[in-house]
Amino acid sequence: MIGLSCRLLVHVAVVLLAPPLLLGVIGKTKAFLTGRIGPPILQPYYDLWKLWHKGAVYSRTTSWLFRAGPMVALAAFLVAALLIPLGSQPAPLSFFGDVILWAYLFGLARFATVLAAMDTGSSFEGMGASREVTFSSLAEPALFLGLAVVARQTQSLSLSQMLGPALAHAWAVSAPALGLVAASLFIVLLAENARIPVDDPATHLELTMIHEVMVLDHGGPDLGLILYGSALKLFVLGMLLVQLFLPGMPWVGLLVLCLLIGAVESLMARLRLVHVPRLLMAACALAAMGLLLVWS
Amino acid sequence: MTLLFGALILLVGSGMAALLLGRWPSVSKTVGVGGAVIGCLVGLVPAFQTLATSVARSWHAPWQVPYGELALGLDPLTAFFLVPIFGLGLLCALYGGRYLQHYRHRPFLHVSYTWFNLLVAAMAVVVAARNALLFLVAWEVMSLASFFLVTFEDERSDVREAGWTYLIATHLGTAFLLAFFALCGRYAGSLDFDRFRQMTTLPPAIAGALFSLGIIGFGTKAGFMPFHVWLPEAHPAAPSHVSALMSGVMIKMGIYGILRALTFLGPPPAWWGWLLVVIGLTSGILGVLFALAQHDLKRLLAYSSIENIGIIALGIGIGLLGRAMGHPLISFLGFGGALLHVLNHGLFKSLLFFGAGAVAQATGTREMEHLGGLLKRMPRTAIAFLVGCAAICGLPPFNGFISEWLIYSGSFRGILAFSGREGVASLAAILGLALIGGLAAACFAKVFGVVFLGSPRTDHASQAHEVGLAMTVPMGLLATACVVIGLWPAGALQLTLPAVAFLLGMGPEGLGQPWQEVQHALTLIGSIAVALIGVILLLALLRRKALARRQARESITWGCGYAFPTARMQYTASSFAQPLLLLFKGLLRTRFAEERPAGYFPSKARIASHTPDVAKEYGFRPIAMGVVRALDSLRWLQRGRVQWYLLYIVVTLVVLLIWKLGM
Repeated sequence: MIGLSCRLLVHVAVVLLAPPLLLGVIGKTKAFLTGRIGPPILQPYYDLWKLWHKGAVYSRTTSWLFRAGPMVALAAFLVAALLIPLGSQPAPLSFFGDVILWAYLFGLARFATVLAAMDTGSSFEGMGASREVTFSSLAEPALFLGLAVVARQTQSLSLSQMLGPALAHAWAVSAPALGLVAASLFIVLLAENARIPVDDPATHLELTMIHEVMVLDHGGPDLGLILYGSALKLFVLGMLLVQLFLPGMPWVGLLVLCLLIGAVESLMARLRLVHVPRLLMAACALAAMGLLLVWS
Repeated sequence: MTLLFGALILLVGSGMAALLLGRWPSVSKTVGVGGAVIGCLVGLVPAFQTLATSVARSWHAPWQVPYGELALGLDPLTAFFLVPIFGLGLLCALYGGRYLQHYRHRPFLHVSYTWFNLLVAAMAVVVAARNALLFLVAWEVMSLASFFLVTFEDERSDVREAGWTYLIATHLGTAFLLAFFALCGRYAGSLDFDRFRQMTTLPPAIAGALFSLGIIGFGTKAGFMPFHVWLPEAHPAAPSHVSALMSGVMIKMGIYGILRALTFLGPPPAWWGWLLVVIGLTSGILGVLFALAQHDLKRLLAYSSIENIGIIALGIGIGLLGRAMGHPLISFLGFGGALLHVLNHGLFKSLLFFGAGAVAQATGTREMEHLGGLLKRMPRTAIAFLVGCAAICGLPPFNGFISEWLIYSGSFRGILAFSGREGVASLAAILGLALIGGLAAACFAKVFGVVFLGSPRTDHASQAHEVGLAMTVPMGLLATACVVIGLWPAGALQLTLPAVAFLLGMGPEGLGQPWQEVQHALTLIGSIAVALIGVILLLALLRRKALARRQARESITWGCGYAFPTARMQYTASSFAQPLLLLFKGLLRTRFAEERPAGYFPSKARIASHTPDVAKEYGFRPIAMGVVRALDSLRWLQRGRVQWYLLYIVVTLVVLLIWKLGM
């Protein structure tokens, strides 16, 4: 019992503290590749601290829903983080079918963010909301296809078991399929986390943005919650991907993932919006090919 | 049984009394609504009793009709469907009483109460009937009562057309049911359901034919694509409490029919499962896509009903696959998910139609592009509507997630257990559910965002006021039910257990093993949902503390430096849906009528989009036109003189006589 609560405590502490570091590493990678010194690796923590201690400006059009949006989204990510295992330890909460709840918690967060954006009555934020729901409804099937492959190969439907010891065996018998799934999930991760080539977290041109444009009107602690939430989302989705790809080495994997994202962001341009659906369809196709390989 | 009879008598009696007391409108209303409320309350008692005890009861009486006797029964399947019939019937009656006050100067308003009570009673008889003839009679009363309710505003030509479409579609469906029951009767030697259930040795071809007939006949009522064409016409035309009852309960009578038919036809082969999965995918995906393309609020909700019927069909399909392959857990998850979704969809769809009715009465329009900013003007309606929107998207911590989770995990288990075609069907179900989930979230984000958020787009919306308590309280109750099921899913699933056991042909104790596995997961889901709400409250507290010492100012919405935003600059419902419509344009065939801005100083520009129903436009309309043309050629028969018609009768009689003598 004491061991269990210790484990829970460690899990919660890691989940609460680690995520902003990922943004720092990505930022540093991008700075290195473009020949700049860049902000310190701990910059996201300073940003969060600063935002949390600021006042806020609210649009007169908005209602309580606008203020609730970031909180609901962050709460959903926090609960999703309790379902994902960290390394050799199973997740604090796990049951057969938790992966469906896990995926739908992201849906809840998205729904809250989209509604908060539409509450401002701004055409920019409406545009971002519209794009967000469009692309996520294509990312969802890709995510579930990938999860179906992993579920079938590990004969389980619980994240802790899907990413647990059974996975090593699955790699031994069906490495190509899992490789394709990992590639597909990487695309889903880039899309879900508003990264290049789908979206650019650093741009200030509202017309071309997706996620960033939805949060234009948020400021102060609300923006802090959003920033922290997006770091947490990257952490949780990243944990799925790296534990799938490098079983047993989550922290190394996470570092590699951040370097990879930073490299992609430095080397690639954003895709034109009309081409984003094709990228997501490609993710679906990759996962489907993986499925074909294991289907017998 | 006595209580069920009591409820039926109360409903029919009060309906008739409301008709007779039409001269005194307020008395008529009190009698009609009061009778419906009391009748439904009385009727709920035997339903819950049967679910608690799983004891089936029946009642038989001789009648003049050949092949069988007058028989009514109460078994777990009947009882499960009685819960939404009476529960939602009660709330719809309460809401309707207030809603119809808006039309209090209309003549013959009282007739509406009569038809409403008759509709509820007829649905109860449909699920309780144990004789095919009684079933068909009740089915017909149900269809006719709802037809007269749909054509409430019969001075409007679009309402009349919707009514005719509905009447024709429902009778085409009934024609297939007649064939279904006639064939059943031929093989069973009687029209009693008890005898149907003993048809153990049906040849597979006949069982397959019966299944297909049942799918078309019952599917027309349920709204399976492509037999759905009446649904998006009839539901928006009806008054909102009737739309709520039709969408929430009446279309589920089709689902009941399919489930009841399955108990007649013996062990299902696997292809029945695939067929339902395919139907579910078609209805689900196309339903939500067409919903996304609409800008009439109630029409959108009607298409979303088709989507949810698709999800229910997916569940039944997975249940059948599990049964055919001998996996009790998969069939339990499939059937349990489907039944729970029947209940859940009843709850949130009635809630959404109530909300749409409140919006329509407060603003005088259902056109979403004219609304906006209603959250501040109708706060109670808005919160209830928001719960309904989140629940219908299948988001935790609401009830829609629970039933979708059950169907998802049934399909995932199908992937783990099956290979070959059954596995492909499970996989298709998962993909379909994922796509439907994403598109439904887009659709309902659009609905809530455009109607309730932002600023009012017209005066209709800016001058809206909250509706009365008699309308908000039913919405509040439904929203509470959505939350309660989301937080206590194990209890909700327990409600479906007797019916699922009945469908699988076992006692309630036969499900012990699968039930325990699922119960563990559901209990955890419930506690995680509670935890989620706890975390939200905690964050709210933290945020309040952080802002307590700081300044929170108010300003205009950020418009990239533009300081005079107007309501017309907001994103509209059409523009919100445009990227998805473009992506699926091959399926939707949306038509655009536009005037592009021209020249250096463009004066005006205009764009209008319209998405007609593909099945109606390219399927049924040409067929109907062909039939009309073919029948035109028989017009010479209609001479318009009595003598000719008398001659026709005589000739017919003579021919029949000769035929009879020749036999």
